[in-house]
Amino acid sequence: MMKQLIVLSGKGGTGKTSVTAAFAHLAAQSRLAGQVVIADADVDAANLELVLQPQVLETQPFQGGQVAVIEQDTCLVCGGCAEVCRFDAIIERDGQYLVDPIACDGCAACVYQCPTESIRMEPQVAGKSYVSESRYGPLYHANLDPGQENSGKLVTLVKQRARLRALDDDRQLVLVDGPPGIGCPVIAAASGADLALIVAEPTAAGVHDMQRVLGTLRHFGVPALVCINKADIYPEGAEEIETSCRADGVATVGRIPFDATVAAAMVAGEAVTAFRPTAPASLAIAAVWELVLASLEAPA
Amino acid sequence: MKLVISIAGDNLQSPFDARFGRAAAFCLVDSDTGAWTAHANPALEAAGGAGVQAAQFVAGLGARAVVSGAYGPKAYASLSAAGIAMHLAPGNAPRTAADVLALFNAGELSQAQAATQDGRH
Amino acid sequence: MRIVVASGKGGTGKTTVATSLALVGGASVRCLDCDVEAPNAALFLHPVLDRRQEVGIPLPRVDTALCTHCGKCAEVCQYHAIAVLGQTTLVFPELCHGCGSCTRLCPEGAITEHLHVTGVLEGGMTAEGLEFARGLLQVGEPMAVPIIRELKRWPPLRRPALEIWDAPPGASCPVVETLRGADFALLVTEPTPFGLHDLKQVVGIARALEIPAGVVVNRDGIGDRKVDAYCADQGLPILLRIPMERRIAEGLARGRSLLETAPDYRPAFQALLAAIQDRVNAEYAP
Repeated sequence: MMKQLIVLSGKGGTGKTSVTAAFAHLAAQSRLAGQVVIADADVDAANLELVLQPQVLETQPFQGGQVAVIEQDTCLVCGGCAEVCRFDAIIERDGQYLVDPIACDGCAACVYQCPTESIRMEPQVAGKSYVSESRYGPLYHANLDPGQENSGKLVTLVKQRARLRALDDDRQLVLVDGPPGIGCPVIAAASGADLALIVAEPTAAGVHDMQRVLGTLRHFGVPALVCINKADIYPEGAEEIETSCRADGVATVGRIPFDATVAAAMVAGEAVTAFRPTAPASLAIAAVWELVLASLEAPA
Repeated sequence: MKLVISIAGDNLQSPFDARFGRAAAFCLVDSDTGAWTAHANPALEAAGGAGVQAAQFVAGLGARAVVSGAYGPKAYASLSAAGIAMHLAPGNAPRTAADVLALFNAGELSQAQAATQDGRH
Repeated sequence: MRIVVASGKGGTGKTTVATSLALVGGASVRCLDCDVEAPNAALFLHPVLDRRQEVGIPLPRVDTALCTHCGKCAEVCQYHAIAVLGQTTLVFPELCHGCGSCTRLCPEGAITEHLHVTGVLEGGMTAEGLEFARGLLQVGEPMAVPIIRELKRWPPLRRPALEIWDAPPGASCPVVETLRGADFALLVTEPTPFGLHDLKQVVGIARALEIPAGVVVNRDGIGDRKVDAYCADQGLPILLRIPMERRIAEGLARGRSLLETAPDYRPAFQALLAAIQDRVNAEYAP
């Protein structure tokens, strides 16, 4: 039975992607070899490709939202569009009304009020999505053009395609590198997951954000596990996380120490567990992986 | 009765698509005569609300029943409001729309009594 | 003057830099935490949050006595948040962006709007006398941008001479909404391949918005030198380097601001602020 595992963090920069890359490597060494599809759902900051070194097989333009365009020749400069726009996207400049495509939400309110039908909606190419073959299995990833919206839609697309691939090839696991935060891209990435692993950081900010993402997962009914990265930076913080998780009935599955090998592996473009399997961080991640796998395979 | 089957293709011999909102197309079949037409799903590329949009489209086709593999909460609410019966066919075995139609006519498909999946996937 | 501190990659030290800048800026500063999904600046500034306002999206409500199920609302809604099926008009709150088209265009006047609360704004003063405000997206709600927009519109307690805004990570709409209207984008990165990749994304946004930008390299010494090469190539000034130091990481973990842990950085942040002000003033000089 195919399972979806998503790696999340709440706060950015806790080591989500380094852990995901290591999981992809470890899975390829295990009985799951050839059974994994990897998806990078952090489309704003798609970093997994920097470690998995994918060969891109297929590139597709991603059509994001639509934006309003004003036909200046027939525009009466009445200003009705600016009045109805709730996104501050219509700007008056030098006696003309112009649409700020970055601010435009694509609602078309301006289109419907324009007395001379001078406004139309145009779709925008907002990024690209890719299917690749990586060193640890098929990788579905994407790049959002800077500043584009609708990353939730692109996340959904990437994840759906990865999931369908897993179903088609009868693969056991979809491994998803999630986005930071708790909003639209996270909800899009986490929904339908069988299990979420939260990479928490034992910092004041990390604990706060971990609790928020746990709340989001609870809201959508996704079971969660927590591991603590850079745990030795502030052991009291690590204990605080473990206590807080215990109170919430969430299992913690290990502490990963701060280890300069992680950055070195990133520079080398490798998963840390492949780069130096005996480094303290690699050993700790491998232990976390075993527990995550056991939890994923345990009957619900 | 006018029945809609979610499909991945453009005719009655196309594979059944177990997703509703994100199905590639819908096959509209008259279950009495077997006459059919295929219709591309306008919600396929929707940013959000695919289930709602697909439900409105299916209602607009005049269908009284749908067969798909799963219904999200918004699709379920929309199809219920339109009085369209939601039947379930399992997506785990390869089937054509014609196979699904035969199962439907044989009365072998159960009806969804609630949304069967979460809405975003 | 408004400085927005952004990063692309999360966890590079955006909040550390933003709060340090705010603390050296003096009492005329207002600091906004625009990372409404994961707001952390208050953990380091310790403001007394005594102002509070609920914010959200104006959601349509259909008066069933007046509705004729004509379908106009469903036709104009680009988000499929309102649907007419048979004799029922359904509203799906989680799809609604609050644009108001259905309400405005309903021929029967059957739709009114009410606030669907998706978050809260909180504000107050810190012990140092600087004004602070933040937005908090409610757990389970998808849309961060409306909260950021309302936070930007929230009237300050007094006219600030200097605004320091902490942006969310990433490079999509929430970041753009925060950067819009900024006088300067201060981009915090770390010298690793991930840091560089994501820095490029956010540089792209600053360029598109025509906002002058400068870079802070945090945890200098880990990783490689490619951020330096990129900045030199792009003409992006590196305005400050903060070396990787365990005492700073530990202090931040405990919820102490950088300047609390390492007061020796105060002059460096004062110089950073002065350098930004000079650059902005030069940019807008006649």
